[in-house]
Amino acid sequence: MAPKLVVIGNGMAPGRMLEHLFELAPGSHDVTIFNAEPRVNYNRLMLSPVLSGEKTYEDIITHGDDWYAQNSVTLHKGKKIAKIDRAAKTVTAEDGTEAAYDKLVIATGSSPFIIPIPGKDLPGVVTYRDLDDVEKMLAAAQLGGSAVVIGGGLLGLEAAAGLHARGMDVTILHLMPTLMERQLDPAAAHLLQQAIEKRGMKVRLKANTHAIVGDGKVEGVQLDDGTLLPASLVVMAVGIRPASALAKDAGIEVNRGILANDQLMTSDPDVFALGECVEHRTGIYGLVAPLYEMARTIAEVLAGQAAAYSGSVMSTKLKVTGIDLYSGGDFAEAQDREEIVLRDASRGVYKRLVIKDNKIIGIVMYGDTSDGPWFFDKLKKGEDISEQREMLIFGQAYAGGTPLDPTAAVAALPPDAEICGCNGICKSKITDAITAKKLTTIDEVRAHTKASASCGSCTGLVEKILVLSLGDRYSPNAIQPMCTCTDLGHGEVRRLIVAKGLKNIQELMQQLEWKTSCGCAKCRPALNYYMVSNWPAEYVDDNQSRFINERVHANIQKDGTFSVVPRMWGGMTSAKELRAIADVADKFAIPAVKVTGGQRIDLLGVKKEDLPAVWSDLNAAGMVSGAAYAKGLRTVKTCVGTDWCRFGTQDSTGLGIKLEKFMWGSWTPAKLKMAVSGCPRNCAEATCKDIGVICVDSGYDIHFAGAAGLDIKGTQVLTHVNTEEGALEMIVALTQLYREQGYYLERIYKWAARVGIESIRQNIVGDAAKRKAFFEKFAFSQKFAQIDPWRLRASGHEAHEFMPMRAFPKRIAAE
Amino acid sequence: MYPDWIDIGLVRDVPFRGSRVVTTGKGDIAVFKAHDGQIFALWDRCPHKGGPLSQGIVIGHSVTCPLHNWVVALDTGEVKGPDKGCARKVALLIEDGRIYMAAAALQWNAA
Repeated sequence: MAPKLVVIGNGMAPGRMLEHLFELAPGSHDVTIFNAEPRVNYNRLMLSPVLSGEKTYEDIITHGDDWYAQNSVTLHKGKKIAKIDRAAKTVTAEDGTEAAYDKLVIATGSSPFIIPIPGKDLPGVVTYRDLDDVEKMLAAAQLGGSAVVIGGGLLGLEAAAGLHARGMDVTILHLMPTLMERQLDPAAAHLLQQAIEKRGMKVRLKANTHAIVGDGKVEGVQLDDGTLLPASLVVMAVGIRPASALAKDAGIEVNRGILANDQLMTSDPDVFALGECVEHRTGIYGLVAPLYEMARTIAEVLAGQAAAYSGSVMSTKLKVTGIDLYSGGDFAEAQDREEIVLRDASRGVYKRLVIKDNKIIGIVMYGDTSDGPWFFDKLKKGEDISEQREMLIFGQAYAGGTPLDPTAAVAALPPDAEICGCNGICKSKITDAITAKKLTTIDEVRAHTKASASCGSCTGLVEKILVLSLGDRYSPNAIQPMCTCTDLGHGEVRRLIVAKGLKNIQELMQQLEWKTSCGCAKCRPALNYYMVSNWPAEYVDDNQSRFINERVHANIQKDGTFSVVPRMWGGMTSAKELRAIADVADKFAIPAVKVTGGQRIDLLGVKKEDLPAVWSDLNAAGMVSGAAYAKGLRTVKTCVGTDWCRFGTQDSTGLGIKLEKFMWGSWTPAKLKMAVSGCPRNCAEATCKDIGVICVDSGYDIHFAGAAGLDIKGTQVLTHVNTEEGALEMIVALTQLYREQGYYLERIYKWAARVGIESIRQNIVGDAAKRKAFFEKFAFSQKFAQIDPWRLRASGHEAHEFMPMRAFPKRIAAE
Repeated sequence: MYPDWIDIGLVRDVPFRGSRVVTTGKGDIAVFKAHDGQIFALWDRCPHKGGPLSQGIVIGHSVTCPLHNWVVALDTGEVKGPDKGCARKVALLIEDGRIYMAAAALQWNAA
């Protein structure tokens, strides 16, 4: 008689195992299956199309009743095994049905993880694992209304898309800052999120679910931040846990999953484990490809062959119609890895390969995934790609070809090929203009043809036409790329941010075809500044793209302590302020107190964890942050002016205070230091500042573009104004122009040398309407900038920045 | 429950692309969370001039020291690029949203 094989569970993995077994050794086993679900075997991967209505249950059946009959398999539908007796070698179902085995395969799969929050058991809260779940969701969808899906991973997104297709209003909650973070890098996740939102689903990231609320049934979801989202259906798709309880109760070794060796044998050699319930070499698998590999191994072992399963690398595709993404392997950034990134903004394509030791180890693709399996095959085989590296990212179609010469591609374009889409300029128009008018630079081509003068995405093409027309006579000189993540310079990036209305960093990196997935420590702070200065009302400042000084609003010192400088408006202080500073210095044992060059007081050597308390005490005495750390307005130095000085011509102190009170809090490309002197004797040293004012009898001389740091430079006179209001407007407008045109970390004198003093004068001095407009823009952005960062943090904002997460006293540590 | 591991807090208490500090009698330990949620820990001293790595900008799985822009790999502590050196790594165990630190770290160098 054939040995008895009993299988617990009738999912895809055991189905595949039996197919292999019947092929390899037909009739070798007498097979009995217990299925907890009252059904035959169906393709669980296809639940999403059933949910969205693209397929029906009948379409996804893999093994119908006749298959079981043909292979003489006894299938117990709807019978859940309650107990395994390893001594007697029997299994018993909940209804008492018993079966004896010679070999047993446990394929109990996994159970969805339920977040332990109030309301988790309310009717209307479902998981997404099997057809019963799908039926519950379909029933809810028929009534319409709102659904909340908790979990922005593979399953959650598929559930959301399905419910959306069924007409529900869907919100996806995800704990992490990007969707599908286990399968996608932030760049691809951003594109995915855009596509999902474009379809009309809502996405909330970093969302902690606090409770599910409702009286007798689900009515909504409450978040940690207090938000209440109404919902008649809540889908929990936050992860799975191997279903290992049955094995554990039978005394089989279990860790997170059922422990199995390379033959998928458990601690009992007559018992195998298969599928999502398995823990193999610390790995647990939830995707189908590894489960099929396991199934083949068990079939071979049962058929008496030598076989071993050695773990799997996985690839993922999202089964949402119209969204193309693919990922595989390990794509985290790390020290010994390189990345190759290809972005095509017009087609919405992002491809990234992670390379280590000349082998592909990770793949992320969005928008065009046709080469995914081709890359994945190279990854699995560990193929050396050094030979094909240049062309690799372009995929199979280009494999083995000679590297494309981009200039040759442009040379091959016909004369009537459109180069600049915005202005409708074809290739011949540009080549003709270059020859006829003897043009040699991009700017000249722009001026004469308008090509690349609007959005600028064709600048690269125009440049190649210049190269073709001029040969060696064309020197692209000038454009210094921002960093190695892009070929674009700061100027181009700034222009494109405005032209294309780019309002967040991920969007910018895709549209401008960044060559890395997340930027670097050079471009991120620059982009963050450009966003803040261009879109003050809309952009949310990215604290983690800022250098430490701007992040914690203090200056880091060489020993890791910080220095704190409160504002002293125009350099004026009072006995009350000085007393508060002295008290703070005593209270927090601050080791050094120094007068700065900008007419204020620096407290040096403050411990990071003391910062909020120090600020709180200074706030209490009416002082705010001096921004001595900021790429922004620092100080306005003044002399005593007409108040006290026998030579003073105007109220220089008063003007300095007005300027500082109007302009504090603003971000600028680099630090901005100002001064106001009450007479040409210039005691406030205004003529070596970024912006300076020299008061004279007839009014105010406005100076700018001085330097007294790495470079020493006297200022230039911008203009003369007669009134204090006029001086304020002129200076604010000048600052706003600098904010819009300056490159990150470029001081005013360098900016002025680059754009030319005349162009600045034309904008600010020559045109009263323009000046007024610049002034208004600055004033508008101040609404969002003039919030004392110290007060915010002293009241608990971002407290995590300043508190250790755990402190071990010295005593314990020394033991 | 784990004699060799000490609970130092919750994963969610560390900001993405940021860090938190654990203070010990032997100096600070910087606990980082990358954009993808992965957690790492290094002694909070740059191999260059001892700068606090916890205060640097986190990009991918590396951190840029705030003092002189040395770039340190979070997973190994090794310095990237032309510079040489290694920040000391601290072993971690992550379970059920909590971070556990190797107890051995506290005995490091202990007499």
